[in-house]
Amino acid sequence: MIRDPKDLKRYDAGERANHWVVGISFILLALSGLAFFHPAFFPLTQLFGGGTWARILHPYIGVFMAFFFVLLFLRFRKLNKMTDADREWLSRAKEMMDGNDHNMPEQGKYNGGQKMMFWWMTICMVAMTVSGVFIWKAQFTVPIDLARIGAVVHAVVGAIMIAMIMVHVYAAIWTKGTIRAMWYGTVTRAWAKQHHRAWYRQMTGK
Amino acid sequence: MALQSLDIKQRSATTTPSPQARQTMEIAKLIDVSACIGCKACQVACMEWNDVRDEVGSCHGIYDNPVDLTENSWTVMRYAEVEEQGKLEWLIRKDGCMHCSDPGCLKACPSPGAIIQYANGIVDFNQENCIGCGYCVTGCPFNVPRISKKDSKAYKCTLCSDRVAVNQAPACAKACPTGAIQFGSKEDMKDYAAKRITDLKERGYDKAGLYDPAGVGGTHVMYVLHHADKPNLYSGLPANPSISSLVTMWKGATKPLAALALAGVALGSLFHYVMKGPNEGSKEIEKEIEKEDAQ
Amino acid sequence: MGDRSEEARKAKLIVVDPRFNRTAAVADIYAPIRPGSNIAFFGGVINYLLSNDKIHHDYVKHYTNAAFLIDPGFGFDDGLFSGYDEVKRSYGSKDTWKYQMGADGFAKIDDTLQDPNCVFQLMKKHYSRYTPEMVNKVCGTPKDAFLKVCEIVATTAAANKTLSYLYALGLTEHSNGSQNIRCAAMIQLLLGNMGMAGGGINALRGHSNVQGITDMCLYAQTLPGYLGAPTDGDKDFATYVAKRTPKALRPGQMNFPQNFPKWFVSLTKAWYGNAATKETNFAYDYFPKLGGASDALSIFNDMFHGKVNGFFCQGFNPLASLPNKKKVGDALAKLKYMIVIDPLATDTSEFWKPHGEFNEVDPSKIATEVFRLPATFFAETSGTLTNSGRVVQWGWKAANAPGDSKDDAEIVAEIFLTLRAMYAKEGGAFPDAIRDLTWAYNQPFSPSPEEVLREINGKALVDLTVPKDPTKILFKAGDQLPSFGFLRDDGSTSCGNWIYCGTWSQAGNNTARRDNSDPSGLGQTLNWGFSWPVNRRILYNRASADLQGKPWDSSRTVLKWTGKAWGGNDVPDMRPNAAPEEYVMPFIMTPEGVGRLFSREIMADGPLPEHYEPFESPIDNNPLHPKVKSNPVARVYKADMEAFGTAKDFPYVATTYRLVEHFHFWTKYSQANAIVQPEQFVEIGEALAKEKGIKAGDRVKVRSNRGFIKAVAVVTKRIKSLEVDGKQVHTIGIPIHWGFKGTAKPGFITNTLTPYVGDANTQTPEYKAFLVNVEKI
Repeated sequence: MIRDPKDLKRYDAGERANHWVVGISFILLALSGLAFFHPAFFPLTQLFGGGTWARILHPYIGVFMAFFFVLLFLRFRKLNKMTDADREWLSRAKEMMDGNDHNMPEQGKYNGGQKMMFWWMTICMVAMTVSGVFIWKAQFTVPIDLARIGAVVHAVVGAIMIAMIMVHVYAAIWTKGTIRAMWYGTVTRAWAKQHHRAWYRQMTGK
Repeated sequence: MALQSLDIKQRSATTTPSPQARQTMEIAKLIDVSACIGCKACQVACMEWNDVRDEVGSCHGIYDNPVDLTENSWTVMRYAEVEEQGKLEWLIRKDGCMHCSDPGCLKACPSPGAIIQYANGIVDFNQENCIGCGYCVTGCPFNVPRISKKDSKAYKCTLCSDRVAVNQAPACAKACPTGAIQFGSKEDMKDYAAKRITDLKERGYDKAGLYDPAGVGGTHVMYVLHHADKPNLYSGLPANPSISSLVTMWKGATKPLAALALAGVALGSLFHYVMKGPNEGSKEIEKEIEKEDAQ
Repeated sequence: MGDRSEEARKAKLIVVDPRFNRTAAVADIYAPIRPGSNIAFFGGVINYLLSNDKIHHDYVKHYTNAAFLIDPGFGFDDGLFSGYDEVKRSYGSKDTWKYQMGADGFAKIDDTLQDPNCVFQLMKKHYSRYTPEMVNKVCGTPKDAFLKVCEIVATTAAANKTLSYLYALGLTEHSNGSQNIRCAAMIQLLLGNMGMAGGGINALRGHSNVQGITDMCLYAQTLPGYLGAPTDGDKDFATYVAKRTPKALRPGQMNFPQNFPKWFVSLTKAWYGNAATKETNFAYDYFPKLGGASDALSIFNDMFHGKVNGFFCQGFNPLASLPNKKKVGDALAKLKYMIVIDPLATDTSEFWKPHGEFNEVDPSKIATEVFRLPATFFAETSGTLTNSGRVVQWGWKAANAPGDSKDDAEIVAEIFLTLRAMYAKEGGAFPDAIRDLTWAYNQPFSPSPEEVLREINGKALVDLTVPKDPTKILFKAGDQLPSFGFLRDDGSTSCGNWIYCGTWSQAGNNTARRDNSDPSGLGQTLNWGFSWPVNRRILYNRASADLQGKPWDSSRTVLKWTGKAWGGNDVPDMRPNAAPEEYVMPFIMTPEGVGRLFSREIMADGPLPEHYEPFESPIDNNPLHPKVKSNPVARVYKADMEAFGTAKDFPYVATTYRLVEHFHFWTKYSQANAIVQPEQFVEIGEALAKEKGIKAGDRVKVRSNRGFIKAVAVVTKRIKSLEVDGKQVHTIGIPIHWGFKGTAKPGFITNTLTPYVGDANTQTPEYKAFLVNVEKI
């Protein structure tokens, strides 16, 4: 695909790769995790070579994801500082959802919703990693009550995370012209101006 | 070990009921702690019948050996020296799976059919289906299942389901030299226990009683205790065992609610798309940009 | 489901032991006792029963020797009975211990029990010193616990109540072990509990077949069936037989040992067949004659002094089993050769081999040549086991023995046949006894257990006819005999062990019977195996009925007089037609026909049991008689006497015992047993542990004056320190079982610590009470 040279660079190759490493890991974790979460999803273990393999792989993928998420976090944490404009945006998110984005306050590279997603993801990621260690029987032995807490936290937070990621993915699909940012790194100026005007101004000087 | 000769009442990670047409008698093993001399013949019988052997360990300054349950030691004797009302007592309890009516292990297990409860009440692990996650350990209120370091499978007392299936008493009951381990229908065991309790009360144990905790729906391994009011004296036998509320939460409401929530989010997104339409790029802004470019 | 008499009859279980052991865990009453003070306790019970009149009067009066008059010269003074010889450390003359004999040739009795020389009065006087306070002072047993035990024991003086007395090696392995057992027997006689269902005194044997080896008399002092072995003093057959054939001491008594000649002659026929004839005095000269002591302690003492060349060690692990391991090891090192016949590579078979600190020896200094001949285990061969209820039970071979193992019988056969061939070829000083030995087995090199049992049972050698009617043939020549009642002293019957006659009759192998039906509900399973004698399950069961033959407890009838004969639920221990009016008393194996409260001249150390301190005692004096502290007639070798320790250096009492998880020194080779009890430990009371800074799981060193062991400490509430004679006495419990060979963790041989002294009568070593010190390492 020939891209417009005037398109704006949103993510460089490293950022994109990091995102997808985390993203793919998450999908694998969600699939294998769901398999243990509810009997209805147990057949998903077949994707991993059966129940035992799913049990073996899941925590290692988790560790892998946690590591790359840390990199992702370091890359993006500064861009995700909440501002008054973000709060304003959040308070009027319903208008946005209804498709009326005309009067939404100007947003920088990320809007309030995305930033919230970032921080919630970070919290969940920590919770998942720690609780995951508690219930990783093959590697760690912790007091039984800690394991029980770990199991509940892992299950609840896991579900929340999957829901959040579903929202994350849907938002990318819903907002046309977004996904390409993570495929090949650029967005159109119109997209930027429409959704992240402050960033657009910063990038174009207009 | 799953056995087709026994009807299955429920199986792990299975949401539909098992065949229930046939009526099966509930069985139970009764451990009369007041008659146990702690000889460990039951331990040896268990090892021999099930062909499991632990390493030769060491003395830890107590009589307990092996010192804890392991994947190879499905039952161990626990010795407690207590002084009750100035009288020394040596309370010796045979520890192992209690075969709960409401088994926490089975509830926690994510692998379909790895844990089964037979219609007669025996809770059995089917290592074929075990994926080694250890959730059963988390689910058990009695801290019984053990995960093997060798094969990562979970092991515990099977109540000799293979023997029971052919109308034999469990190996431990067969080997017990004092009659401290009785086996039969749960009803008969309760009757037997009642007699023992009457006898113990006559011998001055006012609080003698049966340990068949309601918190786990009753068990298929029951104890006659001289001090039924203080199960904790018996090397920490829990007074009111129940499946941890955390486990109930985790395996109870959380599962369907979260599954529903996820479905909700997915469907919500879909319908949002359908009803509100996509968030298309604004033609106006595109025109603005084009205009700018043209300048 | 369980049918426990404890429950059914509301029986009470009493445990008296230095340790609150696993039986105590299920007992109603537990009373602690200092090791080695048993007779003081028993004496206290006897005193309680006599002074509170809690005895079964009719039984005591008629069925015991309570009424018998003893020589007026009998006395007991300051710890010694009359007739003591200080130089010989023995009772040189026991004449004053005998019954007064009447002009009619029978012992005199006083039915009123009032004569000051009657046994009852002598006993009363003797035990009056054993007050509850004295019991407390000697045993350390709290007075209330002791009295509680007495109260319950006393309830069984009632005619319809019984007490079963069970004991094990905790009672026998003392320098006064035999008298310990006698005490229990005396109590049971006073209570009228001998011969009753659920009564008696019952030995819990240390091996599954100890009763069997005792019955077969694998000791030099006796021949099979408890027949006294010939000694140097028995110049000829007539002297020997006369000395062992007693005359009745009361009129009309069965005096069953009068049949001794039948039993002995039948034995000679089994052993020497055609060489045993009237003309040869039934091969009496072939029998070895004892010249002196021949117990394990004396044999090893001789060995220690270089007086033994070779040693056949069959199914025995003396390095671990006998006291003072150092002495035993040194003794073995003086042998020229040792032949070990055992299924296991025993510690003894490697006494010469260094095993770290567990066996510190220098093989370069040991010249003993050791041969190991692998034998079979019980399950690898068929044969019988005899339990302590005297039930002989056949066991079938379950598996082949591994490797080159052979049955003991095959090994012995090969040695014997080789020796016999050598004697035949080369001659020798006295080949006759070997040459003429009967060896009529189908395969001489492999006698089958069936053949051996048939030989032991015995058979008719000629057609046996009814004595009163010689035309009637009772048994044809070659028939297996059903009972020792048919044995004869003319050489027409053979029998390898009279009490086992009936094990294999014409009906076949009776020990293989497995019918456990119990019609009486008393546990009288008469068709299960074979109980010697003549399948009788309760010895002296005539005593379960009163003089008129009416059961003391009609709800538990063992025997009763039916008007014409004795009947009931057991084989009568009585002449079947002995009507009550004949006054044939129940204890048919005694010439007096009654049970002995007073043992006449039979025991080495006195006719009434007396408390003596163990040879290593924590207290300075015997509180009962300061002048005589320990058993005055126990045999102690000089060097062993010097190896005794004193309470000054070794302040704690030690007692050794077994654990239920293990069987002697065998199961340390078995993985399952090793798993459930893997490592050597000693048990220390909390008070002593605190004093010594020892915590559970610490390693400790336990020393006696003979050596040391190291083990893990089990700190427990179950061994309490006791106040004895005004002194706080701690006890340390030391299980045996470990050694340097086997699957269990290697350990020290516990008998490194124990003293080399035995019971005055049986020479059973004093493993149960000695002195040690302990320290944390």
